[in-house]
Amino acid sequence: MEIGDSFIQLHHLRSVDAVPPFNQRLMATGLFPLKSAGISTLQVNVGRVCNLSCKHCHMDAGPDRTESMSREIISRCLGVLDDTDIPTLDITGGAPELNPHLPWFIDEAVKLGRRVIVRTNLTVLDLDEYVHLAEFYASRRVELTASLPYYRESNTDRQRGEGVFNTSVRVLKRLNALGYGCEQSRLQLNLVYNPAGAFLPPAQHAVEADFRREMMRRYGIVFNQLFTITNVPAGRFLGFLLDSGNLEEYLDRLSGAFNPRAAVRVMCRNQISVGWDGRLYDCDFNQALGLTCNPEVPGHIHDFDLASLQSRPIVLDNHCYACTAGFGSSCGGAVVESSYA
Amino acid sequence: MDSYYNPADLARFPVIGEDAPELWEKFMSYYTAVFQEGALSVREKALIALAVAHALQCPYCIEAYTRDALEKGADREQMIEAVHVAAAIRSGATLIHGVQMKNLADKLGF
Repeated sequence: MEIGDSFIQLHHLRSVDAVPPFNQRLMATGLFPLKSAGISTLQVNVGRVCNLSCKHCHMDAGPDRTESMSREIISRCLGVLDDTDIPTLDITGGAPELNPHLPWFIDEAVKLGRRVIVRTNLTVLDLDEYVHLAEFYASRRVELTASLPYYRESNTDRQRGEGVFNTSVRVLKRLNALGYGCEQSRLQLNLVYNPAGAFLPPAQHAVEADFRREMMRRYGIVFNQLFTITNVPAGRFLGFLLDSGNLEEYLDRLSGAFNPRAAVRVMCRNQISVGWDGRLYDCDFNQALGLTCNPEVPGHIHDFDLASLQSRPIVLDNHCYACTAGFGSSCGGAVVESSYA
Repeated sequence: MDSYYNPADLARFPVIGEDAPELWEKFMSYYTAVFQEGALSVREKALIALAVAHALQCPYCIEAYTRDALEKGADREQMIEAVHVAAAIRSGATLIHGVQMKNLADKLGF
């Protein structure tokens, strides 16, 4: 099911009677309103264009999308970094590599002395036009966070498309050869696991140990950390939930696993998310659902004001159950070590 | 009652404690302890539970431990292998009783 319209997506998320509104759940635990606790990451979504169409993608990214951040908006993001001491630039998409301004963006951010993370789908680095970017990333010491849902081909390809796993392995070997993920190197390579369907991820430490053992045994591949991320009911994944009749049960599962300790540590409290057109959001998931920042604070990168943004109330809705279920979920993986409240 | 098995009954499992709360609490305490990480990982325990659920042919347990095995990081290949382990033990248990049949047949026959 194609459900690009954010209003329709929110309607579906709010229509499950068994699941109380997320705001109410937070109020009951004394955590409402949830407020920003300072901004340590500027997360920039440079576009929704992607060479893949993964089933779990909350952004509904794919080859048919055209939204791509302009050089002018990127320039403004760099201006914000220059004007503030936000230490981390986290670049996501789509496939960030498909934005033509990416190398320049990275170069300028590195000159400003910022830690730069790129969220890559790996396979794009196997395409002729972008194959050189692996060496470019290494030369700029860009930290890579790479999607790899499982260490076996069938699980990964079912979710991300035929041939994706073998291509990913080929690219990971190249990245290892450049020093990425190796103990003696400073080049960080982190992998991202997400569930292959409508269920919660396992304990991060357990599945990380499996990945480390199996990726070495099967392919001779090393990496630094594995992050587990819960599938968020938005975009193409929400379409899957509706098509498969899983929406009600999945939201109920997330709500039933609500963990207040995870809610305290959600990533939106420490970051600001910039959309391809410069609009500001609390996170990439709010971006997917068209939920811009609270109207009391600046809504566009042109009007960026650190003082007001770093104490803003976070905009919440029922998709937020995904980041607060069980071990919690963030762009850096689980946020607590126990899934119990 | 139009069916002996109702999927909604899985969530109603705690009603078993209504008439014998102490026994229910003892059972739940034991059950919870069994599935904690120990010499076996929680995923290994979920896969054993899934196999036993199939051997017992308990639809409630199959539903619960399919989800649990997935959420403990097992994948379909591991889960179907667990079901084959259950099937192998069941079929082996059937066949080994064939020896009893043969013993008796030998005794009774010429």
